[in-house]
This record gives sequence, structure tokens and C-alpha cells, in this order.
Amino acid sequence: MIQARILKRYAPGPESAGFTLDVDLTTSAGVAVLFGPSGSGKTLTLDCIAGFVRPEEGRILADQQILFDAASGVHLSPQARHCGYVFQNYALFPHMTVRENLAFAGERLPRLERHRKVNEMLERFRLSEVAGRRPHQISGGQKQRCSIARALIGSPRIVLLDEPGRGLDAPLRAELYDVVRQIRAEFGTPVLLVTHDLDECFELGEQMFILQDGQVAQTGSPAAILDKPAGLGVARLLGIYNLLPVEIAALDPGRNTSQLRVGEQMLAGPYLPGHLIGDRVWACCRPGQLDALPRNGRPKPNQLEATLQRAVDKPGAARLEFEGGIAVEMPRQRFLELRDTTEWVIEFPPTVLRVIG
Amino acid sequence: MPIDWFPLWLSLRVAAISTALAFAIGIALAWLLANRDFKGKEWLDAAITLPLVLPPTVLGYYLLVLLGRESLPGKVYEAVFGVPLVFTWQAAVVAALFHSLPLLVKSARAALESVDRSYERAARTLGASEWKLFWRVTVPIARRSILAATALAFARSLGDFGVTLMLAGNIPGRTQTVAVAIYDAVESGNGAAARALVIAVSAIAMILLALANRWNPSPFAPKQAGT
Repeated sequence: MIQARILKRYAPGPESAGFTLDVDLTTSAGVAVLFGPSGSGKTLTLDCIAGFVRPEEGRILADQQILFDAASGVHLSPQARHCGYVFQNYALFPHMTVRENLAFAGERLPRLERHRKVNEMLERFRLSEVAGRRPHQISGGQKQRCSIARALIGSPRIVLLDEPGRGLDAPLRAELYDVVRQIRAEFGTPVLLVTHDLDECFELGEQMFILQDGQVAQTGSPAAILDKPAGLGVARLLGIYNLLPVEIAALDPGRNTSQLRVGEQMLAGPYLPGHLIGDRVWACCRPGQLDALPRNGRPKPNQLEATLQRAVDKPGAARLEFEGGIAVEMPRQRFLELRDTTEWVIEFPPTVLRVIG
Repeated sequence: MPIDWFPLWLSLRVAAISTALAFAIGIALAWLLANRDFKGKEWLDAAITLPLVLPPTVLGYYLLVLLGRESLPGKVYEAVFGVPLVFTWQAAVVAALFHSLPLLVKSARAALESVDRSYERAARTLGASEWKLFWRVTVPIARRSILAATALAFARSLGDFGVTLMLAGNIPGRTQTVAVAIYDAVESGNGAAARALVIAVSAIAMILLALANRWNPSPFAPKQAGT
């Protein structure tokens, strides 16, 4: 378990803008993911925890042991932190065989114990067959497993993974998910994983931290965050939202509903505590929660007239993109039935709209 | 008149010893320059590089003053070994050392810096001490470039003329290295000896350069992991 409060400033240079990392996060056991766009400070956070970078302020604890504390000047070396780190390029030593890579990591163990542990790891991560090969002679999946096995040999407090899925094709990615689950299930070692891939968050993350411009924008389970993004920025980051500027036209706490005006049309929303009639807010919903129909006369309540820009085939569904940046997903079969439609309405079922903020 | 091959053997011995010393000192300095940030780092680098651009006579003069019989290091040497350093073959080793060290440090620093940092970081998280990760991770990964740099340093030690002349003199059979002997042979009209030594030195240098090129990974060659 990691508790980290990290402040690290980079002054702006002649060629670069400044950057400030100011995060506060506490991971629980299991798999935690740090999600954010490039340049949001994800890897820097990992590097501060691993001890490669010294923060200016703050404190980092792992299982109640202090790894870093600015106030008392404690800054343990990476060697003393017992954090496993899996690099994006795996960083397997090219001049050593798979077995030698693992043995190098096991040198803190007594000789007999080391031998046993290396063999056990080779077996558990299905590397026994390639134990005598060098890293450039094994497959991508084997490299991945080897670097994870190497990180686990010393029984680290936590395994840190830096964008492990980047650049992997779909089968390798699926294999990665299995191996990360294996770390959790067989070794019980907590995992902190950095990614900018939402699928990865949902596949693996029990806890998710959204990083934006060097700050934690939201924390929670991936499902909870997807359901209720804390702000427009987070919603945009999640990238799968239809964002709609609306004006609150009516609020009904008794029935727990509201009326939201979009242009001339009214849409039903949830009751919005803390907001007033006349407020302009952002409403959002996922493409799969909406439906699109051929227009038949005037749009009914909870429908918006819309012009189809393009339809995209996705695995298992058709994605219809309308003007104004609203997307609807429907089964492909249904789209084929409706494909000749020229005038559309989008239907917003009464419970789907969420208001941000 | 038979050709006297002593200068060639002397030069090979001097070059071997000075290269071994340059390797030890050079690797340490290269590590310092590649891994540590400290005040005056670029000045240290400049001071190490200086022999590369100074006229050999200037370098020789400095060393003569620094190591001569009147200097402190010279006196200490004389007290320990019973003989003065200057005008001995050991002085030729010192001359060759200062002549070849910059080449080795420069190349070794570049070689160490070209090793992807993630290997060293990985070794640290796995508990390896800085000493262990340097010798078992960084150096093996950079070994071809370091080997190439060592071959170049050896070739350069072999060919030193000016510094050796200033510091070790020109005593046939004792301090006369091959470069000095060739000059001597030409001056005294011994064309056959000059030709033989010139051809021998050229051949050795040529072989060393070819080896260095083979070891030094070209930036344009396909990346061969693990070699």
C-alpha cells in the first residue's frame, strides 16, 4: 500500500513550459491505475515512488515505512525501497539470459533460496523453455512475463508498471491483463499501473486516479468515475461522453427530476441539488445509452433533432456521429434497417443524463 | 647492418602498460563525468581533453616540470624507487598515458552515456549497488565501444613522439621508442631501419583501427541486442 504526497516543480525553460506535479494519493491493496494524458505527470509520479526522482515536498510511505519525507530529509535509494518496477521497454539486461536476468534480481536471497525461487518463477511465468535464451531471442509476451517475474523475485512491497500496454497488439494485451491478474491473485502484491488506455483501467483497475496537468482530478473505482465524472476535463479525458450544454428550466425535488433546455427542446434529467433554475451546466451520457430514430413529425419531449455526419463500424456495434458532437451506439443490425433515414432524432431516455460538477 | 627491433618492443611494452593504466583511470573518470553532476565538471572534462589539442612539446614541458627531479612528485618517486623518473622507459609510459587518456575518457564517457538509463534504473530497483550495476550491467552493455576506445588508446600510445622525447629522452636501448627511433634513423641516413619500423608501426596501427571499427557499433547498423 502506498501513501504519497508529492510536490515537484520544474521551472519553465527557454524551450519548455514549466510543470508542477502536485499529487496526493493512497492506494489500497489490489490494482490501482494512474490514468491521464501524455504529460500529465503519471510516469513522474511512478519515478518519485521508485526513488529515481526526488520530490521537493511531501512524503511517501509504503506499508507504513517511510520512503521519502521532505520534512526530515529522508530519501531512500531505489535499492532500499523494495519496489518492483516494470519498464515500458522491459529493460531486460541484453547480455544475460532469461535465467541470469532473474538470478541477478535474486542476489539478495541466500544462494539455495535463490536457485529455488528462480526455477519457481521460470515455471510460474512459463519461461522454463526459454530460460537459456537472451532477451532478443524471445517473443514479446515472454519478455513481458520475464520482466514481471524479475520484478517479483525479491518479494517487493509493490509492483510499479509504466504503460505496460503501450504498443502491444490485442493478443499481447490480453496476455498482459492475465499476468497482472496473476500478480494480484498468486502473489498478493499490490500493483500500481500507469496508462493512458481506458480499456486497461476497466480491465484491471480496482482503483483509479485520474491525473490532469500534474494533479489528481478524481479518484474512485473506474465504474464510479465513468458514471459521475467530477468535471468537464475528466469527462473529456474519458473521451466517451456526449457533452451537451444545457440550461436548467425546472427542478422538482419531490419527483427527483429536472427539466433541461437544449435550444427549443426539453430533456428530462435528475434533480440537481445545489443548482438553480436558469443555471447553465454541462450534461453528459454515454453513446450506448442513447437511441436514434427516423424523425416523424415534430420531435417529442426527450428527443433532439440531429443531422447524421457519419456512421462508423465498431466491433459489435455501429457508432453514429451527429452534428454537435453527439454520438449514439446501436447494434449494427438495427442500423442496417435504418440506414436510409435522412432526418433523425436522438432520444434521451429520462434517466441517462448526468450533470457534471 | 641488422635492423634493431628493440624500439618496437619497447613501444609495445610502453603502450600496453600505459593503456592498462589509462583504462583504469579513464573508466573511473568516464563514470564520474557520465553519472555525477558536480561543480566544475566541464572544467575537469576540458582539462582531461587538453592534451588532445596542446602541442606535444607543451605537454612534455608540463610533465617535465611536474615530474622532474626538483618537483615533489619527482622526489617522492626517487625516494621510493631509488632512481629518478625522467629519462627512463617508465617516463615513456607516463608520456603515453597522458597522450592517450583523453581519447579513452571521451569515448568511454560517450559509451557509458549511450547505455539506456532504464537498465541502470532496473538494476537499482532490483537491489544492485552502484558498483555492481556498473560492472555487471553498464560496462557489459557498452563493452564493444569501450573495447574500441581502448584499442584506439593503445594505437595512440604506440605512436607518441613529442611528449616521450621531452620526458624520456632518446637513449638508444633504454628509452628510444619506435617513433623516436624512426626520426633518429632518418636523421642518421639509416633508410632500411626507418622503412622497416615505419611499415611495422603502420601495419599494427592499421590492424588496431580495423578492430576498433569492428567493435564500435555503428549508429547506422541494425541494432543487435545482446551482442
